[in-house]
Amino acid sequence: MKELMLGNKAVARGLYEAGVALASSYPGTPSTETTEEAAKYDEIYCEWAPNEKVALETAFGACIAGKRSYCAMKHVGLNVAADPLFTISYTGVNAGMVICVADDPGMHSSQNEQDSRHYAIAAKLPMLEPSDSEEALEFTKKAYEISEEFDTPVLLKMCTRVSHSQSIVETSERVEPPIKPYVKDAAKYVMVPANAKKRHPIVEERTKKLEAFAEETELNRLEVGEDKSLGIICDSTSYEYVKEVFGDRISILKLGLINPMPDEKIKKFAASIDRLVVVEELDPIIETHVKALGIEVEGKNLFPMVDEFSQGIVAEKLGQPAAAKCEEIEDLPNRPPAMCSGCPHRGLFYTLKKNKCTVIGDIGCYTLGATPPLSSIDTTECMGASVSSIHGFNKILGSEAEKHTVAVIGDSTFMHSGMTGLANIAYNQTNSTVIILDNSITGMTGHQQNPTTGFNLRGEPAGKIDLEALVRSMGIDRVVVVDPYDLAETDRVVKEELAAEAPSVIISRRPCALLKYVKKGKPLQVNPDKCIGCKSCMKLGCPSISFRNGKAVVDETQCFGCGVCSELCPKDAFEVQGE
Amino acid sequence: MVTSVMIVGVGGQGSLLASRVLGKAALDKGYDVKVSEVHGMSQRGGSVVTYVRFGDKVASPIIDKGGADFIISFELLEAARYTGFLKPNGQIVTSSQQIDPMPVVAGTATYPENLVEKMEKAGAKVDVLDALKLAEEAGSSKASNIVLMGRFSKYLPEISKEEWMSAVSACVPAKFLELNKKAFELGLNA
Repeated sequence: MKELMLGNKAVARGLYEAGVALASSYPGTPSTETTEEAAKYDEIYCEWAPNEKVALETAFGACIAGKRSYCAMKHVGLNVAADPLFTISYTGVNAGMVICVADDPGMHSSQNEQDSRHYAIAAKLPMLEPSDSEEALEFTKKAYEISEEFDTPVLLKMCTRVSHSQSIVETSERVEPPIKPYVKDAAKYVMVPANAKKRHPIVEERTKKLEAFAEETELNRLEVGEDKSLGIICDSTSYEYVKEVFGDRISILKLGLINPMPDEKIKKFAASIDRLVVVEELDPIIETHVKALGIEVEGKNLFPMVDEFSQGIVAEKLGQPAAAKCEEIEDLPNRPPAMCSGCPHRGLFYTLKKNKCTVIGDIGCYTLGATPPLSSIDTTECMGASVSSIHGFNKILGSEAEKHTVAVIGDSTFMHSGMTGLANIAYNQTNSTVIILDNSITGMTGHQQNPTTGFNLRGEPAGKIDLEALVRSMGIDRVVVVDPYDLAETDRVVKEELAAEAPSVIISRRPCALLKYVKKGKPLQVNPDKCIGCKSCMKLGCPSISFRNGKAVVDETQCFGCGVCSELCPKDAFEVQGE
Repeated sequence: MVTSVMIVGVGGQGSLLASRVLGKAALDKGYDVKVSEVHGMSQRGGSVVTYVRFGDKVASPIIDKGGADFIISFELLEAARYTGFLKPNGQIVTSSQQIDPMPVVAGTATYPENLVEKMEKAGAKVDVLDALKLAEEAGSSKASNIVLMGRFSKYLPEISKEEWMSAVSACVPAKFLELNKKAFELGLNA
């Protein structure tokens, strides 16, 4: 059957058709829907793991047990999972195992623009790169065949424009592979030095075999055009942009298997055309490889190392005419993403700003606390960094810093990698104040459950970790829970814990306003006779409140009715409609 | 021949559903189709763009400056923001709804005036309707996406009203079907 399918959903369909039995992932845009869609098939057990390292190791255990397994993560998640990645390259697999990593060129929703193809080379693993949904489905299935044939985990590299684009796919039925019995084999699976020394040469031999495979496989496709003045080697979405500009006019070597690369095919291709250009987003992985073969090639001398590409960039850099267009309308105000109306994070960040706190930040919706008018956050690097970094910050600056510095981290991020930082605070002792923003969900990636919510990926009841008990058991005696809608209490608690001569954890707890079970309050209105135009409410940066003709105005269609604004109004001008 | 449509608005306004309806209608018509979407809660309240391209054979899933035949916009300022993506004389179908972006809320910028005139001056044809009001008339403010698709359908004679309705039926939950059909009609006849 033919249907229009999202790239990530096509991966999930590939998992289903390939007979995959287990998927364990941590959500991360743009990879998240591969696992969410896989969970719609009863035949695949799917779960959210606390972090990517746990997910990858879980998938490894499942493949050793004898069934095909899968894990998915965004590019930065692979950094977290890199430790097992490099060593399971040595052990190999039993049943097939595929690790999906989704890059984000252009940083639509990421903190860096790293190129995951480096990992395939560094860990000596085959990596497949689909260009559209049809390939996403086919390559996923192919990845399992390669995994089992060559005894290796296989990386499946997606990117934002492949993951989040829909194109036409043709589906087929699931083929259920029989379980491959687990056999104890210490020489293969116990990576102590004596065994690992014997496994490393096997990895190198495997790479040789994969190099031969790369020459033969249809994953690397040669398309011959009539115009020999230019030939292009490309991968991923770059292929689509090249096709958009040149159609079938020129010759293209499309690499679907990015590691290892087909040296002979590349040499033959280079010899068949006058000018060779590599078109690839981010780093010059293919270009560097081609140059090492002694072939004259262009690439990053023309194309940028940064941002995602488009057909317009390909046309411009390769001397094709630019499209005529309507004029740009200049000087329009930006529209950056903002905390939603009713967002529980808003009251907390208002309080931190009011207390002139230094805020060591983390990854999640609350990173929006860095934007005006709240402008509260001082640092943001990676998952879990807030809790570790506040400790180092306070060690250097001492008690003066401890009295005005906080770390902020979400519930899911705390479970991901915040706990270990807190262990360091408890163990090596700084009087740090860590605020866990518990909104009872993983918000930024689109509402995924986590170990603190009490529900599993399918929304069924699951184990629930008690944050207060967990934090206390780690040796933090001062644990306080506040409702961030209550500004006075939040202010009192923040002041008290900053002053305390002990490490403390504040749990700022209220469910995300977008959760289905959260009831919206009645929208507020501003009584213009009472409003004195002092703009106290405007300091919240609530998208429902604007300032018109010297008075605050509430957009009733957006207002969540949280009432935080009315706590700030000196004249009680916010009123519930009809009351 | 490929038709390129950009659907733009403010995160949370329902552009994903609009792109799915258009994609489905084009697919059923037998076209090759590609749709590129924006995902993630982080986009809430921000400027969002979805690309829909259909025709005999579509390569790129995205649209570049000068590449769009149509812009369907949920919000006036967003229609203006992407006008430079239109081909000369390209068509904009936009709701008259105005949502203040954060710099305007925060008082560091003002919401621009005379946007329709500016878009026309830039070389675009502009069709403005109050999609929000029509959606409320149909029964829910959330149906403004289908109101806009109804209006947009006037510009795509190759897809019949029946084919649009069948695409809407395939994309919305059954209990909201009547509401959405009404929304489509109201947009079409506005």
